[in-house]
Amino acid sequence: MQGHTPFDLTERNLSGCGLSAMMSRRGNLVNGEAIIRSIGLLQERGNGLGGGFAVYGCYPHYADEFAFHLMYYTSRAQEETERYLDEHFELVHEEHIPTRPVEGVDPATAPALRRYFLHPKPLKLAESMLPTAEDYVLRAVMDINVRINEAYVFSSGKNMGAFKAVGSAHEVGHFYRLEEYQGYIWISHDRFPTNTPGWWGGAHPFTMLDFAVVHNGEISSYGINKRYLEQFGYQCTLRTDTEVMAYLLDLLLRRHKLPVDVACTVMAAPFWRDIDALAESDPAKAELYRTLRMVYAGALVNGPFAIVFGHRRGMVGLNDRIKLRPLVAAEKDDWVMLSSEESGILEMCHNPDSIWAPRGGEPTIVELDADVFPEVPSAVARADFGPLSSLELNR
Amino acid sequence: MTTTDQLEADQQAGVVIDAAGLHYRDLNRRVRELVAAGETALTLRNVRGQRYIGDGLKGKDVRITIHGVPGGDLAAFMDGPTLEVFGNGQDAACNTMNDGVVIIHGNAGDALGYGMRGGSLFVRGDAGYRVGIHMKAYKTQIPAVVIGGCVGDFFGEYMAGGTLVVLGLDHKPGKRLVGDYLASGIHGGEIFLRATPDMLPKAPYLSVEPVGADGLKALTPRLRAFAEAFSLDAEELLTGPFTRLTPISHRPFAAKYAPA
Repeated sequence: MQGHTPFDLTERNLSGCGLSAMMSRRGNLVNGEAIIRSIGLLQERGNGLGGGFAVYGCYPHYADEFAFHLMYYTSRAQEETERYLDEHFELVHEEHIPTRPVEGVDPATAPALRRYFLHPKPLKLAESMLPTAEDYVLRAVMDINVRINEAYVFSSGKNMGAFKAVGSAHEVGHFYRLEEYQGYIWISHDRFPTNTPGWWGGAHPFTMLDFAVVHNGEISSYGINKRYLEQFGYQCTLRTDTEVMAYLLDLLLRRHKLPVDVACTVMAAPFWRDIDALAESDPAKAELYRTLRMVYAGALVNGPFAIVFGHRRGMVGLNDRIKLRPLVAAEKDDWVMLSSEESGILEMCHNPDSIWAPRGGEPTIVELDADVFPEVPSAVARADFGPLSSLELNR
Repeated sequence: MTTTDQLEADQQAGVVIDAAGLHYRDLNRRVRELVAAGETALTLRNVRGQRYIGDGLKGKDVRITIHGVPGGDLAAFMDGPTLEVFGNGQDAACNTMNDGVVIIHGNAGDALGYGMRGGSLFVRGDAGYRVGIHMKAYKTQIPAVVIGGCVGDFFGEYMAGGTLVVLGLDHKPGKRLVGDYLASGIHGGEIFLRATPDMLPKAPYLSVEPVGADGLKALTPRLRAFAEAFSLDAEELLTGPFTRLTPISHRPFAAKYAPA
């Protein structure tokens, strides 16, 4: 790699990634130490070329503002971006994202890191004719990522933040001083880049507004998903397949208002043979699956994957339909934990009440109890629709 | 515990290694050094996710007791020793194992016994997807995987030889003994399920037959060993009912891309 040009498109590495996540259904807050330990235990799954975290509940003093995290590779990128933000948003607060020097995160490759707490200028929002402030933010994120060279928004939700870098995940956690943050959802990822370069923007999580996703696997439908998303105003700029998942979640859950389990059925759709088998016992449901597969063909995520995604009221773990990547789940009191390995769960909680391996294509859906944080709106409709794999299929 | 009992327990435990916080390279280097120095009994405590334990290890008389959750590729390429895990296993235990015995007292993960070519794997609880994938056998080298509970999809996928067994102990109603895509691509070996044929999914590539006492003869020593490992009643296990699945064709995909 030369200078700050972060891409070498010929660069390839082989193998997998690690992920770990934890959430309190009661909205109890913990700092980042447990999640750093957990993802640190899985460090063999990564190779030091990317680590990251998403935390929900970390900005209570600016809970109603959009929190933009920016990485800048040049001062010019920062100037242009700040001009754009000044024009379009009312800035409530801005600052450096605090970091500390750690072994494993190379300051020579590090971009400048700043965060901005802001909301759309009301007049600009009205002029934009966009239906919501969220759509306005989406457009701004795309404007910056696409039009301003070497500036990238890597987090844009409310009272949540993504923190990522080139390095091993536990080093990245220390680099960003995550022990100083409190959250009720923590999602983490240790990267082993396979088909795309290991650069700061390519580390996980990938985010859009309140959605953050981490991923172990490869998306062989990336080209189809990318072109599908372009029709809805999403531009992929981060050179890693997982980016499409963040935008698919925003499209399906926020804009199309699909219930979360239906969105999972779109991304990890049942096989046609399973839908045909279902047609006899439950024709209405088979018809729904058939319709979803046809309407959302471009949103089907093909290839092996285990993902965890978060939103402000919950967290979801999901595998590809034939479980080509590992995912283990566990519960302890109000906490639900997900990890690539059972050992990663034990590092968060040494005595879980239960521990299980979710089936392929069957989402593990965790939500805040209804009485917790009633002021936080649900970005997603409640789950109300059983996944296919939970049905007794007789073939 | 009396002093004599304590002495006996210590002898059985052999050399004790506290694996808490140890990197897998350091842990496995110690294990290899001790075995090379002639130790035959090792106990690893506080194991949490360390990969490759017992990999490539030789010696029929070597016995390693593991407390905790060992990481992936437990006993890969192992050739003789006995590993006993008091805890759950993770993915790909017994990958390409050549000989020896692995006993897991809890549940285990995906792709157990991948390409296994000898020895036995006994799991007391459930196992995940792709158990026994690409398992093989040669003359007297006949590997066996016995799962006490249930298994996930792709059980015995591309199986070429050896023996797979699922017992469905403590079977909860509604839970399936085996998942979808049972033995897809199988072209050798045999699968025994503790079930009657009508309980199983139909697959055109499988020959499915109920097994009587005669058919169980070859399996009996391994079922007895399984029962002994977990202090279960062997006679009760052997009453079955068992169903034996074998491939109809040794070349299931012969006509897939070109006429046979």
